[in-house]
Formats: sequence, C-alpha cells, structure tokens
Amino acid sequence: MAPKVKLPKPGELSKIEFKNPATDWMDTPVEFKPGTYCWGAKEKDLLTLGLPNPRQWSPADEDWKIPDGWESTIIEGIAERLSKYRSFKVFMDICVRCGACADKCHFYIATGDPKNMPVLRAELLRSVYKKYFTKSGKFLGRLAGARELNMDVLKEWWSYFFQCTECRRCSVFCPYGIDQAEVTIIGRELLNLVGLNIDWIAGPAAACYMKGNHLGLEPHAITGNIESMVDDIEDITGIRVNPTFNRKGAEIMFVTPSGDLLGEPGIQTCMGYLMLFHELGLDYTWSTYASEGGNFGFFTSNDMAKRLNYKIYAEAKRLGVKYIIGGECGHMWRVLNQYMDTWHGPADFLEVPVSPITGTVFENAKSTKMIHISEFTADLIKHKKLNLDPSRNDHLKVTYHDSCNPSRGMGLLDEPREIIKAVCNNFYEMPENTIREKTFCCGSGSGLNASENMEQRMRGGFPRANAVKYVREKHGVNMLANICAVDRAALPALMDYWNPGVGVTGVTELVGNALVMKGEKERTTNLRFEDLPGKGGNE
Amino acid sequence: MDIKFNEILKEKKSTISKRWLDTMIASYPKDDSGFLMSQKDRFANPVGYTFTKGLDGILEVLIKDEDSAESLQFLNDIIKVRAIQDFTPAKAMAFIFQLKTIVREELRKEIRQNQIYVELLEFESKIDDLALNAFDIYVKCREQIYELRTDELKRMTFTLLKKANLMSEIPDPDPESEPKDQN
Amino acid sequence: MKVLFSFLAVILIILVATMGAFITNLHYVFGIIIPYLAFAMFVGGFIYRVVKWGRSPVPFRIPTTIGQQKSLPWIKQNKIENPTSAFGVVVRMAMEVLFFRSLFRNTKTELREGQNGPELAYGSAKWLWLGSLFFHWSFLIIIVRHLRFFLEPIPFAIQALESIDGILQIGLPAIYLTDVFILVAITYLFLRRIVVPQVRYISLPADFFPLFMIMSIAISGVLMRYFYKVDLVAVKQLTIGLATFQPVLPTGIGPMFFIHIFLVSTLFAYFPTSKLMHMGGIFMSPTRNMISNNRMVRHINPWNPEVKVHTYEQYEDEFRDKMKKAGIPVEKE
Repeated sequence: MAPKVKLPKPGELSKIEFKNPATDWMDTPVEFKPGTYCWGAKEKDLLTLGLPNPRQWSPADEDWKIPDGWESTIIEGIAERLSKYRSFKVFMDICVRCGACADKCHFYIATGDPKNMPVLRAELLRSVYKKYFTKSGKFLGRLAGARELNMDVLKEWWSYFFQCTECRRCSVFCPYGIDQAEVTIIGRELLNLVGLNIDWIAGPAAACYMKGNHLGLEPHAITGNIESMVDDIEDITGIRVNPTFNRKGAEIMFVTPSGDLLGEPGIQTCMGYLMLFHELGLDYTWSTYASEGGNFGFFTSNDMAKRLNYKIYAEAKRLGVKYIIGGECGHMWRVLNQYMDTWHGPADFLEVPVSPITGTVFENAKSTKMIHISEFTADLIKHKKLNLDPSRNDHLKVTYHDSCNPSRGMGLLDEPREIIKAVCNNFYEMPENTIREKTFCCGSGSGLNASENMEQRMRGGFPRANAVKYVREKHGVNMLANICAVDRAALPALMDYWNPGVGVTGVTELVGNALVMKGEKERTTNLRFEDLPGKGGNE
Repeated sequence: MDIKFNEILKEKKSTISKRWLDTMIASYPKDDSGFLMSQKDRFANPVGYTFTKGLDGILEVLIKDEDSAESLQFLNDIIKVRAIQDFTPAKAMAFIFQLKTIVREELRKEIRQNQIYVELLEFESKIDDLALNAFDIYVKCREQIYELRTDELKRMTFTLLKKANLMSEIPDPDPESEPKDQN
Repeated sequence: MKVLFSFLAVILIILVATMGAFITNLHYVFGIIIPYLAFAMFVGGFIYRVVKWGRSPVPFRIPTTIGQQKSLPWIKQNKIENPTSAFGVVVRMAMEVLFFRSLFRNTKTELREGQNGPELAYGSAKWLWLGSLFFHWSFLIIIVRHLRFFLEPIPFAIQALESIDGILQIGLPAIYLTDVFILVAITYLFLRRIVVPQVRYISLPADFFPLFMIMSIAISGVLMRYFYKVDLVAVKQLTIGLATFQPVLPTGIGPMFFIHIFLVSTLFAYFPTSKLMHMGGIFMSPTRNMISNNRMVRHINPWNPEVKVHTYEQYEDEFRDKMKKAGIPVEKE
C-alpha cells in the first residue's frame, strides 16, 4: 500500500497550532497506525477454541468481515452480561464522571489521548448501554451521553479495550470503586462474540488449551528445557538437581507460567525454583499437562478463562498431591486468587497447605489450597531455613516493581520485599505513588505484550520506566526485580529503550543466586553465567 | 557570542521557554484535556515533566553558550518520547525549528534596535546543530524499536537455539572491536 | 453547549415553578400533588434501581485490594483496605461513604521540581475531595434539618443540629453554615467542570443538570429564608399534612415556597433515573463491599457455566509417545 504523497506547504510542518482541533470524543473516530495495535486473531486459533467468526482479517483493513446482524449479537451480549454481573450493571450506572481516575492510567499519562482516561474508556461502552438499555438514553440520545452502535464504535472498542491492561489502578482512586478492568473484560467478551480478538491472546490461548501452556511446549520440550536448566545449574553449582514430572503421590504440584520455561530472564527464575526446591528436599512434581499458570483466556472471556484454568485442579487431583505452589506471575495470581476456586472448587481433594520445612500452616489458602512461591519463600527466610549469601548480589542495586494483579487483585506486597531484602544488600524503593497498590503497569499486561505494538508498549510502560529512571539516577539502580512472567518478557525491552543498562530479574532468580546450597562448589558466576563480584577473572 | 544578544536572551528566557513548551504541547491535538500542561508531578506526568525539564535545559545550554554536548542528554530524553508517539519524523522534530520562530518573534524589537542580526544567525546555527543531532537520535530510537522486537524474539528462543547447539557455536561479537557509541 | 442545554432546562423548570407559584389555582397541584408524585417516583425508582442491581448476581469475589493481604502471621495485614472480616468491610465502606477515602487517596504528597531540586508538594486533587465532602455533608445536614417541617414536636437532635449549624448567629434569621458551604462547594464543583480541561471533556449534560438543579434549590431556599420570606406556620401546616397523609392547603404561604418545593420535587423525580443513583450504587460496588478472603472461603457463582475442557486423557492420547520417550509417566501404556 503506497502512502499518499502530498507535499506540505512551506512552514506547514513546523506551524505552531495553539488551537486544538478539539472535537467531542464521540466525533473523533479511531485511527489504526502501525506499531500501535496488535494483529487480529488468526482463523486457526479461533477454530481450535471454537470461538465465533473465525476468518483471516486485519485491523488495518476497512472491512473486518463481521457477519451481518452483529449489532444484535452485541446488544444481546450486553443484556446477558448485565443480568450476570452486578459489577457491570452498577459500573454502567453510577459513574459521575468526577475525573479522579483520569490521570491514573499509564496509557493516558503517556499518550494524552482522552479515550485512554478510564472514565472515557468505560464511556465508550456506557454510551451504547445508555442508548439501548436506559430510558433517558433512548429518548434524549446524545444529550444523555448515548449513541448508536455502529462499525466505527465497534472498531473504537477494539482499539481501546486492547489498550487497557486491566491493571485496576483506576479502581484504587475511584470513589465508587469502579474498575475499568471489569469493563474491559466485559468489552473484550463482547468483541469476541463477533470474532474480534488479537493474535497475541488467541494464539497462546489456543496453544494452552491443546498443549497445556501458552508457548505450546509439548511434554518432551518441557522436560528438555528443564533438563538444560538442570545442566546449567550443575555447571554453576556443581549440584545436579532432580526435578520430576507428572509424578503421582508427590506432596506438592508446582505450577508456573510457561514463560519461565523458555527465554530470558524467565529461565533464570525457573532455575531459582529448581535450586530452592532441591535444597529443601521438597517432595514436589511438575506437570506437563498443567504447565501453565498464566491464563490468556482471562483476556478473552470468562468461559475461556475457566476452560484453561480447569487443568490445574484436574491435574492436582489426578496426581493426588496435597497442595499446589504457584510460581511468579501477575494475572495468573489474580485468576488463582479471585476466580479458580469459584470456577472449579471446592478443592476438597487437597489439603490445607503446610510448609514441610517450617510447619507453617497457610491458613490464608485454606480453601483454594494454592500458595504463592513468595509466601512460601518468605516463610522459609523468616524461619532462617535458608543459608543465604546476599553478597553474591552485591553488584546489583535492586528496585522492585509490583505487578498490577498481585498488588491490586490480591495484596501480595510485603512478601517479595522481605525476600529481596534477605537476598540483596542494595534495595531501593521507587517513589511512593508508583509502587505497591499504586504501582504502574509494565504497559504490556493483559495480552498486549506482542511485538508488533512495540510503540504502544513503550508508551504504556513509560510511567513505570520513568520511576525506574528516577531511582537509577538517584541510587544507581541497575536491576528491576518483579514477580511476573509478563514483566520478565516485557520489561527488558522497556528498560532497553528508556533506561539502558537496567536489567530485569525474577525475585526467585535473586534467591537462587544468594542461596548457598549444601555441598555446592564455589560459584564463580551467577545464573546468567556472568562473573560474580570479586570472583571473576576479568574484572 | 555577543554579550548583548546573550543578555537579552537570558532576560527573555522564561518567556521563550514557556512558549516553546506551549508549542510542543500544541503538537498533541488529542490532548484536548490539557493533561500534559496541567499536571506538574514528575511521576504522575512523565511526558510533561520530560518536556518541561528538557526544553528548559536545552535553552539553558544554548544561552550559556557552553558545550552543546550537555544538551544532548535533554534532547535524547525528549526525542525518545516523541519517537514513540504517533508522529511523522517531521512532526516529531518540528519543535526544534520552532525555537527559531519563537526567538525571532520574542526578540524582534531588541534585534532591530541593537542591530544584532549576526548574533541571531549564529544562534540559529546552533539550533541547526541541535536539529542535526536530533535526527541522529530520532533515527536511532526508531531503529531501536525494531531491534527491541528482534531482541525479544532472541530472548524467547535462546533456550531452543542453545539446546539445538546453534547458539554456543556462534561467539558473541566482541564489544571492544565495535566502534563505541558515544550516546 | 452541554452546559447551556442543562442550564436552559433548569431555567425552564424554574419558569414552570414560578407559574405554579403565582397562579393560586395551581397551588394544590404544586404544593400537594406534585410533591407526592415526586416522592413516590423517588422511593419507587430508587427501590426499583437497587432491586434491579440486586437481581444481578455477583459471580466472583473481586475486591480491589489496596493494601497488604493477610498471609503470614508476622506480615502486617491492612485490615481495612484488604479486609478479611466483615468488620473490616464495614469500616472500609464507612470510610468510603462517610469520608470518601478513595478520593482522599489523591491527596498524596508529591515530589516536584522546585528551585533547589525536588521538593514535596501537595496534589491539587485534594480539592476535589474537600469540595465533595463539604457538598455531600452539607446536603445531608440540610435534609436532616428539614425534618423539622415534617415532625411535631421537633426532636431534640434536630434542634441541636440546627443550633450548631447556625452557631455563628450572624443575621436574622441566623445564617446556616451549611447553606454557605453547599453554595460554595457546588460552585466549586461546577467551575471545576468548566475550568479543568480534562473534566470538561468528559462531562455530559447529565453532569451539569443536577448541579444546576441543586444550585437552584439551594438558592431558592436561601431566598425564601432570608429575603422573600414565607409564612412558616402555614408551611408547616402543609408539610405536616403531607407527612401525615392528611394534606391541607393553607392560604398565603408565599410564592417562593412553591418554587422551592417544585424544584425539589423535580430533583426527587429525576434522581432514580440519573447518575445521582451513585448514592445507592456505592453500597453495591463489588470491588469495595466484598471480603477479601478469596483463598480462605469459596465464593459461589450461581450461574457457574459448564464449559468444554481439554482433559488429561485427550492430552495423553495426543502426546503419549512423546511423553514415553521423554520418560514422563503415562496412564495408559
């Protein structure tokens, strides 16, 4: 497609325009510029998942190949969801547009595009709701903030509901707790009714459905990848760890996002798990069937999320384990914490988790029977069950990025910090309004960590990167720790662009490096095969 | 540079700086909500902060008539933001040339009175230098966006390649042998 | 445009009210029928809306956790912002409803660039919190104060509230603090919608209309009390009549009363159809009113759907050979 060549008039490009072409948001159609949107979902993936309207299409095309009568599909979809979700109904009705949420969204902060204000993003859907479901909208139309559903509106939804990372930051500041993530979740469900998803979500979801994990790793690939990590661990520590797979009768099943099985720095985090569990002599097993903690179905629809999540309890039951430990991941933990038990519980075939090392009973997981690796590790550290040498991380100045979902959908804030403080000597917090429950998203969450939308990701992550920049300048921070596989995949690019020289690590990788294992040889490198401080030959 | 011209510039600096920022913000037609201008907090509004600090810093260096290398960091920060924000290259960089217009307009009277056209031209040459540097930075940023994609792919497939013994055979290019980038 | 429309609508309503006030024949309609109608619409509408919300289930327990979870015994849980007990939720809701906790969150200390490096400053968002708080509390107190028109004898609490409200004892009758506060606060809330570009951009006519309505109600009330006085004895006769369902229409009340009560009636009737329902909605918001004990107590979804899943058997059937080759135990050899 050749771009239209139009020579600008002299001075036109550098013309100073003080007057904004201010149009009301309803009159501002959405534009699709390369680098700012994800590819559309592929036909084969929708077929695998049995989702509506599988076809080849591209968001850049004028015709999105939506079947006739799609308007009623959507309207009926809204009606159905209004009757199923009180959250949706209440959130559609009670917003007063006070604007408290407006400047809390990382995408809005970085683009200034008003439709990225959470209130307006919700209004994109709310305006349609008003038109078809409220008297005032029906009669007063635009005066009541209502509008017709048409193709432009649908495209706008697709653009902006896939520009929301469901991070819930706006919900923290809303006086009524209106959660844009909830609206986006519903919005994406509606879009999926007519076959509008993105490739980066539908692809992994299809892979996860058939093969057990988002990356589509088949069983032998999983064992193979872990074997090669085992080799590396042996090279570094002289100790050969012995993970088992699909082993019946193990006490614990371990589930982590598949991102930890492939690609850096996920694999180093995974090496950390392997070393930690080996050192403890934990009776645990991996599963190749339930080999995904994350859930890209959650970014598609509630049903799809439930379909993918099924494997975890089913496998725990089949293997006859007592409880489950989950690895470091963000949205995985929102799903496990707030959804899994409701979908597939009660998990009466499992037992309340008890740490075999410290005897701590995890009462907080007494129904779900699944605990977070950070809870497990923080407990070990508190009871001094680990022999740690934090000086091995002395070359690092670490800051910690709270992932959105564990912070605002769970409240896992202090556990990872306790771990980091025990395994690192240099830890610096980012500014108060950018961490903990007010943490900024990496800009790539909720399935937006594709590569074709790299520009969009760099924007969305700018507020986070900016806070990292601050601690880098102030304290010389060179390592960004986190407990999320999407972070580990997405933040390296973000740091390379905004803060070159700042690395990204999972918290358990830091643990693996500091962990002094029984009978290990003197380590000269860390898990990345980089020389340890003071130990290396060429420093 | 002529002392007089510099003095006048210094006097007008805050006005120029303000106008320059306004111009910059005006290139965000979608910012109907005026967010970039209104919010001053460094973390709540990183874009606005980067521009405010960067433009002011660049102007400061220009006026002080010091080594322009100092302004490169500011320029770098600003261009990085512009490079990912939906602008054509021309639109992304226009702000540098707009400084010329602003200075000419703000100093029109003084320049005429004091007959310091030569100094103005000298000053404008410095802006041109700035623009040239900006081109370099911009192109690098854009290239980096594409590199990030391939890097990400590499990180993803690293284990596989290593397992297939495809990775260990290829030594990393020696960083020392490559010309070091100064930025 | 949005502002103008709402403004004109309110002007129109005031004109109708004025007409009603000055045409004595209409007093029965404006003083008795319309208030009853409006009150019925308010109560009925309010209940209808709340019931309608309530009819939709809460399928998942989705509190927004705004603090440390309950996990290990030595890690301090934030018992209010991440509550695991009903009491915690009650406190959390009370903080939201009574003190607008989440809006207050905006009031953080900020690090800004000052003349000599970074300095601490307070965010402007505090004003929204303060303005809303003053507005809502004044409104509430004013409504409670008005109960004296509907109760005989007037309960002590209401008399006490009145005397506190009028504690300044300026003017005759004494100026109520809340009258001043509500007018100042509502002017702020209005100006904010006009001046702050972000908020102006998102505002709809439906945002301005209630502001104008409440403003006109407050102004008519103030005018009635201090300037165009009405016969209070007659008013009370009428209001008590309304309250006891034995409506009477005394003569000579004064027109301002009819304007006031018509505006109030309009607001009451409008209330359930509008965003003002946030008054009821806030109690129903699942991100705030739920106990964050997700992993401790199972939440039941009444429509938990059957979904198609990919079972282990299907998985093993597909990969059995590969699994065996990799040494992974299988169910069927």
